[in-house]
Amino acid sequence: MKKIINDPETVVQDALRGMQAAHSDLLTVHYDPAVIVRADGPAQGKVAIISGGGSGHEPLHGGFVGRGMLDAACPGPVFTSPTSDQVLDAVVRTDGGAGALLIVKNYTGDVLNFEMAGELAESEVRSVVIDDDVAVKDSLYTAGRRGVGGTVLLEKIVGAAAERGDDLAACEALSLRVIASVRSMGLALTSCTVPHVGSPSFELADDEMEIGIGIHGEPGRHRVPAGTASEMVSALLEPILEDLPFSSGDRVLLFTNSMGGTPLIELYLAHGIAEQLLADRGIIVERRLVGPYITSLEMQGMSLTLLRLDDEMISLWDAPVHTPALRWGV
Amino acid sequence: MGCTAADVVTALRAAAAVVQEHRDELVRLDQAIGDADHGENMKRGFTALLSRLDAEPPDTPGKVLKLVATTLISTVGGAAGPLYGTAFLRASAAVGDAAELDCDLVARALQGALEGVVARGKAVVGDKTMVDALTPAVTAAASAQGSVAAALSAAADAADEGASSTVPMVARKGRASYLGERSAGHLDPGARSTALLLRAFADAAAKA
Repeated sequence: MKKIINDPETVVQDALRGMQAAHSDLLTVHYDPAVIVRADGPAQGKVAIISGGGSGHEPLHGGFVGRGMLDAACPGPVFTSPTSDQVLDAVVRTDGGAGALLIVKNYTGDVLNFEMAGELAESEVRSVVIDDDVAVKDSLYTAGRRGVGGTVLLEKIVGAAAERGDDLAACEALSLRVIASVRSMGLALTSCTVPHVGSPSFELADDEMEIGIGIHGEPGRHRVPAGTASEMVSALLEPILEDLPFSSGDRVLLFTNSMGGTPLIELYLAHGIAEQLLADRGIIVERRLVGPYITSLEMQGMSLTLLRLDDEMISLWDAPVHTPALRWGV
Repeated sequence: MGCTAADVVTALRAAAAVVQEHRDELVRLDQAIGDADHGENMKRGFTALLSRLDAEPPDTPGKVLKLVATTLISTVGGAAGPLYGTAFLRASAAVGDAAELDCDLVARALQGALEGVVARGKAVVGDKTMVDALTPAVTAAASAQGSVAAALSAAADAADEGASSTVPMVARKGRASYLGERSAGHLDPGARSTALLLRAFADAAAKA
């Protein structure tokens, strides 16, 4: 294992120190328990939007703390959910008297820890669970679909709603509308190595790709020979389109995401193909996001996320945001 | 002869050593069907527990078990933190403020632990989780006669068997469930860690 780390045991806190140094104008890092909060918070009378999850997906979630997006993020150890103490601490630190909305990605550990925090909180807390990954069969026999790329879009849109003064019930209802309208799928060309494990999470031959991966180096739906970029984009886009389903005339946000190790040149190439495929089907791409926003350490690969937009979502997407990773309108 | 708070602390220290020793094994098991963090998370939790036990050992078995619960909830993360945390919390409630644990109280503590895990995680036998190890352990402890050591030994044997039974199962809970049929053929890491903890408790009780 070759990584820019000093000690696998302290990777997360060492990275948090760097993040604090880089973005002290936007956020404040608390270390025990680990919570990243807005430097200008808590905002009185504003619903606090809180998320969190395992580390290793940067910039998710800490990079989205700031005006117009998250009030706090709880970073767990690499690929491990934060504890309920962290979440509870975030709720207390961001309390502006209007309650808190917890955005939880659908993984067993995350759901359990956020659920315990919600039970322990003394202020009003609601949570929404995002499960946008079409690669997982949603049935009684699985933990349900995973929360992946749609999380970034949800945090931006509901963050803007809270910023303009929407109350807790409205933020929750909007979140459910976004969750119902967003679908994602990812693929990996290489695995990734968790620092405290020291070896790749799964083996993938040079000429293979894994379709339907999550964001924790867990294996995906199936393994096929790595083809052309066009084949890769189709392999992700077709299941997404069929699932909602999206149809001709729909207005969408297309989010082309790198899993961490794929360079922008390849990502833009893939994005261009996806735009063309959508245009061919009469689907109107109104907004787009391209880049590494929800990653899986150094994994090479990509995910595509499609959100069916309405006018309100578009105006909330366009609203000002000022965070380390997303910034416009300011 | 009952089991005092000091005996429970001794058993937990033994359990912490076992978790440390099997950290890599648990990571490997989890790497196969999950996300490779179970061994590391358990090690982090039990290491924190050791320092809290050193700082201020509680004076009843119930309070020791509660300290285990709060420590694991605040340090383990993942699914195992809330699940083991809730298990120890319910075990603590089941023994109340008894000064010593006898065979019957140990059985009731295990019963409470199982109820806690099921309430929190909603898993049933056959889902390929720690419930597959804990359920037969509770039954075995409840029908054991005599000493705490006998109850825990019966529980540990049953948990080993229960953990082994997870190998052919297809996971229906947690991250392993994403693999569907591909999860068969692997030992469930949570069931394995449950069996390891019960074996450590049983060995400690046999030595007491």
